[in-house]
This record gives sequence, structure tokens and C-alpha cells, in this order.
Amino acid sequence: MSPDRRESRRQPRSGAVFEGRSVPKGRRRLRGWSWMLAPALGFFLAFWLLPFVRLIVMGAGPDNNTGIAGYWMVLTHEQYLSSLMSTLLLSIAVSVSAVLIAGFCGYFLARHQFPGKSWLLSMLTFPLAFPGVVVGFLVIMLGGRQGALAQLSLWATGERWTFAYSLTGLFVGYLYFSIPRVIMTVMAACEKMDTSLEEAARSLGANTRQVVVDVIIPAIRPALISTGAICFATSMGAFGTVFTLGTRINVVPIAIYGEFTNYANFAMAAALSVILGLVTWISLFFARRLSGEYVGGGA
Amino acid sequence: MATNIVRNENSNRPATAPISLRLRHCGRTFPGTRGSHAPHVALQPLDLDVEPGETLVLLGPSGCGKTTTLRIISGLEQPDIGGQVWFGEEDVTQLPIEKRDVGMVFQNYALFPNMNVEANIAYGLRIRGLSPDDIRRRVGEMVDMVHLNGLERRPVHELSGGQKQRVALARALAVRPRVLLFDEPLAALDAKLRDRLRVDIGQLLRSLGITSVYVTHDQAEAMALGDRIAVMENGRIAQLGTPREIYHHPGSAFVADFIGSVNRLEIKGAEEGQLMVAGGRLSVARYHGASVLYCRPEDIEVCPVTQAAITGRVLQTFFLGQSQRLFVDTGAETPLQVESPSREQWLPGQTIGLSIAEEALFSIADAQ
Ligand SMILES: Nc1ncnc2c1ncn2[C@@H]1O[C@H](COP(=O)(O)OP(=O)(O)OP(=O)(O)O)[C@@H](O)[C@H]1O
Ligand SMILES: [Mg+2]
Repeated sequence: MSPDRRESRRQPRSGAVFEGRSVPKGRRRLRGWSWMLAPALGFFLAFWLLPFVRLIVMGAGPDNNTGIAGYWMVLTHEQYLSSLMSTLLLSIAVSVSAVLIAGFCGYFLARHQFPGKSWLLSMLTFPLAFPGVVVGFLVIMLGGRQGALAQLSLWATGERWTFAYSLTGLFVGYLYFSIPRVIMTVMAACEKMDTSLEEAARSLGANTRQVVVDVIIPAIRPALISTGAICFATSMGAFGTVFTLGTRINVVPIAIYGEFTNYANFAMAAALSVILGLVTWISLFFARRLSGEYVGGGA
Repeated sequence: MATNIVRNENSNRPATAPISLRLRHCGRTFPGTRGSHAPHVALQPLDLDVEPGETLVLLGPSGCGKTTTLRIISGLEQPDIGGQVWFGEEDVTQLPIEKRDVGMVFQNYALFPNMNVEANIAYGLRIRGLSPDDIRRRVGEMVDMVHLNGLERRPVHELSGGQKQRVALARALAVRPRVLLFDEPLAALDAKLRDRLRVDIGQLLRSLGITSVYVTHDQAEAMALGDRIAVMENGRIAQLGTPREIYHHPGSAFVADFIGSVNRLEIKGAEEGQLMVAGGRLSVARYHGASVLYCRPEDIEVCPVTQAAITGRVLQTFFLGQSQRLFVDTGAETPLQVESPSREQWLPGQTIGLSIAEEALFSIADAQ
């Protein structure tokens, strides 16, 4: 605001001029703004800051069983630590695989025209519309006890092979709704990219692999980082899918749910929530710094 | 891998003799897009020969097929069935661009944004697997050649447009391409920079003697840089010749009009060895029987009304600095354009006398 105001004092043109007196536009605008800001601030305080502060404070409270502070429990106790670690590893695996798989697909789709492409694209984006519960159900249809894989293996080997009720099932489910998002982002980035860069590289003798490594990946790096970070954040916090697959999978959202609902262990639930939020926020923060573009949080 | 080894030897070769470039029956038809019209003929099958070391300029209005021709030469675009591209004695029609050894300079520079000036210039050399010493030496030569000394470590987004295009030129030249291709390289620069870079590119092309094809829609650029110019119109070559031939003996009304300005003089009849035109008569020995003659504005001279072959009334004057352009109403459909020295003062409404030397007149075969 202040440079604007200084500017308007020096140059009456940028503010309204009444009888030779200039009314600085900036100040007027600021006053208007503060009015607008008041309800927004109130809303922010009431619905975000207050509960959040309370959550942070609550997380420092004693655990029901041991009486140790919640945060300390998470960082030292085997059960919570492993749940945190497996959630982290799962989310990293999901985002890396999604970026790898969907990166190639997205590039291919952006650069090739073929009949049925728009149909394929709308099919690919379909999972984006599914709630986590439905994705979980789909994973069961695929790798559950009555799933397609089980039927097939029963017929072939006489055994039922299942993966739905484990971290593998969760991995498949998260991949399922991460890939469309990455494909869309990568496609948009590729289409925005200047094709003459690729052409210049090829004229200089670069083969496809060299063009991808030297030109395309650097050009779409911001998109890859930001979409990867969103996949990570989404996988860290997703609940519906894992809840459908069974509460025996030890990931943080389920742990929070368990502490809260089954044991009324509010300190632990709060501590886990705060740590989960922090990890997610940090990943988005770094992604934003690295990619130089705006990164919004996932569902 | 095998091709890689061949390529390494290729790029290490001493500056070899320039090669010729030939297009044989190269046309290009784009399929109609979905929901719309029939196939679109961007380029009619054409033959084109570029001599070794020559700079050929493709000149023409937007959409006439210049870029398409250039892309067929580079290998970014395939000609329709039956078309052939020859580099010297080698048929490269089936070779992809990365195997053709072409240098390309684009209108929008196309520099790699994640690399600095040096790395951009070195890119092709690195791809060819040259040793770090060789790369450093060659990059140094290129930097000298395009006058970028001191900017080697700059990220490319900190360069001006002219500097960017110099980097692009150095990057293309560093690998010693067999053919150098330019697609409107100066179109994005402002007038002053464009003139300077045009002079530099002209000197480079002459001194390197590299076979080049240069696309532009700017006629001044075409005449300054081209050993020969191919004027294109609607996907075909309207005329191919030296800048002088094209300017002084245009083969069609389109070419005459596209390159510089031209006056069209309708012949109303002949009398006592003179041709009657609007506003007067021309005493010429040739061209009897022609119905239309043409002349350039700068070939019409202003003279006292009493000695004038043609008289008219000044409609408008445009001061151009080094000269002025007069629009003279002679009673013809369109006013006559006359270029006169800029120190003469002419006011609209004044009567003016004009004379045209016989050598300045030309006829055009396809004109009516
Ligand atoms: N990939 C393509 N698909 C369909 N039509 C195309 C394609 N590329 C070019 N064309 C068409 O071919 C014609 C010639 O295009 P080209 O780019 O060669 O023109 P140009 O002479 O370079 O024009 P400009 O001066 O505007 O660059 C144009 O009508 C253009 O619309
Ligand atoms: Mg073009």
C-alpha cells in the first residue's frame, strides 16, 4: 500500500483530483479493505485458529495409559512411530510411482493425436470423481477375497490371492486416484511447453531419451513437483479408502480415528493430527518453493 | 550405437566443402481436422535446388508454405509420398531430423531455459560426445564469432532478444551443420536490432559459406541476405531468382507487388510511336502491343511540366526521411506513386510533371 500512496502524492493523476487537492487512492482503498476484512478475520479466528490452537495444546496433554505427553509418545512409541513411518513411505511410494507412470502417459497423450483420445481422457479422469470409499470398494473388487485376482488365482493355482486388505491394496487404491490428476497436470504442462525447444534439441542430434532428460523434464519440473506433492499430501491424509479396506492397516488417519473413537484418547488423537498436518503442510510448502508455482492442498 | 560412432566422426570433421540441397517433388497435404473440411494442401509438389554454400531466401506472405518447406528440409515434417530431400549425394528423405545434421534458428530463439549461454552453445557438442577440451575450444570460437564475449555464464533469460538470437545462432553453428535453416529469426526484434543482426548474419553466412535456407516475410531482409530468393504464393514458388532479377524483372504481378511498390500503367493506345497512358504519353520504342506496363516509384522522375511526358495533380505526400513518396492523380484508377528527393516541397493540389525512362518500364508475362 505505501508505495502506492507515495506515488499518488507525487502524481495527483493516480488519485482523484478535487479542486486541485489530490485524494490518495491507496488510503481510501485500505479503509474499505479493513471493513471487508473484519468478517473474514472473525471467521478465520472462529473456525480455524481457535480449534487449531486448541488441538495443538491438546496434543501436549498426557496420554491416557502412560501419562506421557502426546507428541513425545508419537515420536518415541513403537506403535505410533511405525504408523507414521508406514504412512510416510506409502505416500512417498504413491507419489513417486504416480509421477513416473502418469508422467510418461501424460507426455504421450499430450504429443499424440489418435482416434478415441478424448474418450480415453474422459475415462481416465473418471476416478477423480470417486469418493475414497468407492475407490476402496474397487480395490476389493480387484484384490479382495471375492476379487478378480482371487478368482483367477483360484482357477489357476487353487489358492485365493488377495492384496486388498494390506498396504499394497492401499497403494493400488491411492495410485488409482493419483494417476489421473498427474496425467492432467502433465498434459497441461506439455501442451503449454514450447515445442520448438524439443525441435531445437533434436536438430542438434539429441535422441528421444536425451530430449526427455535435457528438455522436457526441466520444462515440466514445476508441474511434476507440485502434482507429486499434492499426491503425497492426499495420500497422507486420505481416510475413506483405508477405512473401507479395513481398520487393521496401520496408517495415521486410522490411528487418529482409533484413538479418538475407540479409546477417547484425545491427547494422542490431537498429537497425531497436528503431526500429520505439519508433515503435509511442509511438503506443500517445499513443493511451492521448488516449483515456483502455486500448490493447493488435496482432498 | 553404431550411428552414434559415425556421428562423432562426422562432427569432428574439418569444415568440409559445403553441400548442395535439393528438393524433388516435395509437397505437403495436411489432413482435414475433425469436424472440418477437406485435406489442406499447404505445399504443392515443388522442386528446389540450393547450390553449395548458397543462401536461399524463402519469401512470401503468411500461410504461403515457407515454414512447411523449411520443416521438410529439416526433417521435422515428411513430404507427401513421392517427395525426396537430397543433401549433396545423400537421400535424407527417411532420416529423422537428429540424423540430418541441420542447424536451426527459430523466431522465438528456443534456447534451453535451464542452461546458461555456454551450456546452450555446447549442447550439440555434448550430444556428439566431444571431449570437454574440444567443447570448450569450440564454444570459445563460437562466442567470439557471434560477439557474446563476457556473457558465457549468463542464464539465457537475462539476455536481450538480439543476444538470445546470437546464442541460438552460435548453438546451431557449433556442430558445423551441413545445412543451416532460419525461420524468421529477426521477426521478434525491434527495427534497430534487426538491422544490426541482419548485417552480422549476412557477413557470417558469406564468410562461412554454409548452405542455408532463410525464411522471412520481410522483403528488405530477403534482398540483403539472399543469394537467390524464392518468392512463394499459395504453397508454390511464384518466382526464383537473384534479388536483382526479382526486383527488376518480376515474373508476375504478385511478385512485383510483393517486392517493393509498383505502378501499373494501362496503355490506352499508340500514336506516332508513343504509348498513350493516363495523364500523358510515353515515348518508347519497345512494348508496342502491350496492354499494361509497370514501373517502380523511384524510377519516375519529377521534371518541369513543360517537358513532362505525364502530368498530374499531387494528392498526398509522405515524408520518409531519405526521400518522400508522392501520390499523383493522373486520371487513372489508382494514383501514381513517385519517389522524389526529400528536400523538394510538394503540396496537395499542385500540378506536377513526370518523366519515365524507357529502361525503367517493364511488362509482366501473366499480367492483363
Ligand atoms: N500441422 C499443420 N496442420 C494443418 N495445417 C497446417 C499445419 N502446419 C501448417 N499448416 C497450414 O499450411 C499452410 C502453410 O503454413 P506455413 O506454416 O508453412 O506458412 P508460412 O508461410 O510459414 O506462414 P507464416 O509466415 O505465417 O509463418 C497454412 O495454411 C497453415 O495453416
Ligand atoms: Mg512460418
